[in-house]
Amino acid sequence: MTEPLLRVENLQTHFASELGTIKAVDGVSFDIPRGGILGMVGESGSGKSVTGLSILRLLGSRNATIAGGRILFRGEDLLQKSEAEMRAIRGGSISMVFQNAMTSLDPFFRVGEQLVEVLRLHQGLSKKEAREKALNALELVRIPDPVAKLKSYPHQLSGGQRQRVVVALALACEPDLLIADEPTTALDATVQKQIIELLQEINQELGTAILMVTHDMGVVAHMCRTVAVMYAGRIVEHGDVADVLRTPQHPYTRGLMASVPRLRTEAAGEGHVRQRLYQIGGSAPLPLRLTDGCAFAPRCPEVGPECWEVDPPTVASGAGQEAVCHRRAEEKAAMAGVAQHVGA
Amino acid sequence: MAGYLARRAGSMILVLLGVSVLVFLIMQLVPGDPVRTMLGPTATAESIAAVRADLGLDQPLVQQYVSYLGGLLQGDLNTSLTMAQPVAEIVFPKLGNTIILAAGALVICLVIGVPLGVLAATRQYSLFDRGAMFLSLAGASVPVYWAALVVISIFALKLGWLPTSGMYDVREPGGLGDLLRHLVLPAATAAVVPTAVIARLTRSVMVEALQQDHIRMLRANGVPERQIVWKHALRNALPPIVNIVGLQVGYLLGGVIFIEVVFSWPGLGGQLYTSITSNDMPIIQAGVLFIALVFVVVNLIADIVVALLDPRTREAVG
Amino acid sequence: MTSTTLGQKVVSPVAAGDTVAAQIKSRSRPALMWRALRRDKAAVVSIGILVFLTLVAVFAPLLAPYDPLDGDASQRLEGIGTPGHLLGLDGQGRDILSRLIYGGRYSLTVAVLPVLAAAPIALLIGMFAGYFGGRTGNAVMRVLDVLFAFPVVLLAIAIAAVLGPGLANVMLAIGITMVPYMARVVYTATVQESAKEYVEAARAAGATQAQILRQQLMPNVMSPLVVYGTSLCGLMIVLAAGLSFLGVGVTPPAPDWGVMTSDGRSVLLEGYGHVATIPGLVILVAALAFNLIGDGIRDALDPHKQTS
Repeated sequence: MTEPLLRVENLQTHFASELGTIKAVDGVSFDIPRGGILGMVGESGSGKSVTGLSILRLLGSRNATIAGGRILFRGEDLLQKSEAEMRAIRGGSISMVFQNAMTSLDPFFRVGEQLVEVLRLHQGLSKKEAREKALNALELVRIPDPVAKLKSYPHQLSGGQRQRVVVALALACEPDLLIADEPTTALDATVQKQIIELLQEINQELGTAILMVTHDMGVVAHMCRTVAVMYAGRIVEHGDVADVLRTPQHPYTRGLMASVPRLRTEAAGEGHVRQRLYQIGGSAPLPLRLTDGCAFAPRCPEVGPECWEVDPPTVASGAGQEAVCHRRAEEKAAMAGVAQHVGA
Repeated sequence: MAGYLARRAGSMILVLLGVSVLVFLIMQLVPGDPVRTMLGPTATAESIAAVRADLGLDQPLVQQYVSYLGGLLQGDLNTSLTMAQPVAEIVFPKLGNTIILAAGALVICLVIGVPLGVLAATRQYSLFDRGAMFLSLAGASVPVYWAALVVISIFALKLGWLPTSGMYDVREPGGLGDLLRHLVLPAATAAVVPTAVIARLTRSVMVEALQQDHIRMLRANGVPERQIVWKHALRNALPPIVNIVGLQVGYLLGGVIFIEVVFSWPGLGGQLYTSITSNDMPIIQAGVLFIALVFVVVNLIADIVVALLDPRTREAVG
Repeated sequence: MTSTTLGQKVVSPVAAGDTVAAQIKSRSRPALMWRALRRDKAAVVSIGILVFLTLVAVFAPLLAPYDPLDGDASQRLEGIGTPGHLLGLDGQGRDILSRLIYGGRYSLTVAVLPVLAAAPIALLIGMFAGYFGGRTGNAVMRVLDVLFAFPVVLLAIAIAAVLGPGLANVMLAIGITMVPYMARVVYTATVQESAKEYVEAARAAGATQAQILRQQLMPNVMSPLVVYGTSLCGLMIVLAAGLSFLGVGVTPPAPDWGVMTSDGRSVLLEGYGHVATIPGLVILVAALAFNLIGDGIRDALDPHKQTS
């Protein structure tokens, strides 16, 4: 078996707050193969963005700590790297794109200056070489009139163009992995679709692996091969996109699917790119985890007594699809019982 | 740019006209008769009336203002009541000296205040930040006249490092070196309050600048923190800093009165003080007017610089 | 109402604070503020210092060991720690401690009273110009622009010089100087608040202009004015003493702290630093205390900071 490009093992990211330790990411594990696209979905506060930030160790805030786990990138643990080594990785071999396209560029510097800065930083190029590569990067993201755009200030570009420049910045140094944290949120529908398609094309042309953090099932259906559903700091279900969309196992995933009705019939259809997750009754809890038990229990239509007290087990169903749920475990055990009974 | 400049210059001229009206009116409000002061207690009623007519003081107020303004525009600032010398000859060299002092202080403000605020912002809530911010609040509360006395007693009297007063050595007035030696203490003292104010503002705008999305993007691209802070964040924080620096020039131009008095710096502030004591109204009038003029022009320059700094307004302005 | 709908309706934490504050009677606003302020140690210490200075000034005749105006020439300029004279004596042999104790009566009054007197005038001008806007409001602000062309210190000195020295005149000079600055703070706040939803709501509910101004805008405009005014008191202590230092303020031999610093200046060059240094330090401490309280109130009113 080949080594995955990125392997996250039991990641724990904690925030200190007045209410106690918030386990924003609580034992998250997943792999992304070379050239793969993993979608990570969940409501805001589910820990999906924090997971992305943790990989690049960009949490910044004083009260955030990565309390445990390993983040293996090309077999090396990023959590063991020095800050200088991490700087070389950021924007070099792993890049990140954020959701606020309108404000992700420095308004005081020309597009070209910002690209050249990153290129020279990571690849030690001369100014002239860097300028050429900057132009290449703009061509890569299919910006019209890239030569002129090098001299533009961000405010002179449209929202979609700005996000393209942000993607160009992220891809300028040809990273192996791109973490896209809701990269289309602030954009209008047609532009969203264009950016999603751009990311897909880049994935195919350059083989850049993508971690797509989103709350949009449509985006996942459209571009991802595998998906992980996060709830309250944990992955509650993951598997191939086709499997998870067709036969969601976790009640939360089912809720998500039910709230996007047409997705079921046109799973990878068009026009759903901007469908947002419907708010399942109640709201996502702060992942304080004061007690054991399933965090989704208060909102779960299938909740049972054990859900409040015991951490749910992981249940595999089919090729690599797994869900973390007492109900599914019960059903599987019952099925196994039936099978045993029939077999006997 | 031209349109913006014209608009700003237009409103500046209006403000300056208002300033001249106010300065003119202030003189009218002075209790006591300036002519009587000028001629002394032995003057007769006839001689007073004659001088009043001579100076145009017997005419209606509006007419007096018009001729005052007319004179002003031709550089005629009347004659000093106590020094029998045209006010312009007294005021202009002194204004130059004051600008030297204020500029010296401004350099100190910028060299210390801005970096202090930047460093505090990058270490928000650290011991350094708290210490620096408490010190700058204390600095902003310092009475300059007192600070001047303390500085003199320490550096000039106790340690004997630097001269206590004046602008050049009395016995052998030297060139630039001599001037700088005399400038250090008064400029440093004058700089205390504005440095503190600039440091506090710089900190707060830098804290805000460092929270912006594009700073996060730079971090995600591996740009070193030092480059993020000093190149990108500071560049973003610069417009409000330039504005507050412009306003601090106003503080300096007012505050130098105390400095010039205590350090015997031959500037406009010290001259104003002397003229207030001797009730020499034309000089007070001209002095106040020119300080306001410098202040207004400096702030106009600051506004233009701010507009030029930002590519968004640079376009709108042009 | 579920938490989700609440979360959608409330635009920002600031607005949330406003609704909460509007629900609780306006009388308890200072109480809320005080609760937040109490956690700010620097502000609490500062309040203590100012209360102490005020009490000392009020009870000066009981506390001062000597007559502040009567000197003993034989002991002139004796330094700090002279038996019987804790802080030494000045150039005329007057007890510095006694002068400091009495001095608060001048220095604190001269700084605080004008700010208090200027506040309602500034409130009137600023709210008028801010709420009614239009040509009149604009004209008012343009007139203030002319006053902003003069550096504060210079304007105060010029007015004080014109009015002549004396306690009442300094206060008048400082008050006049302060009005435009305070009015601008009120103006800005009024313009900002007028655009908010609660004002719209009150207008829709049929409140009269006067009611909106007094009941809706005034309490919200007061907050920035209180913050500004408190810090201003600190500045004015320094400035008022400065006017006295220059001889255009409180007249000697009154033991104003600025006058005392000025007295010390002439003997400083003879090597007697304590006469000027001590009162200057007291001015610094009092000004700093006002500034720390101003900062504390600002933070206490800031809903973003309350949680941290």
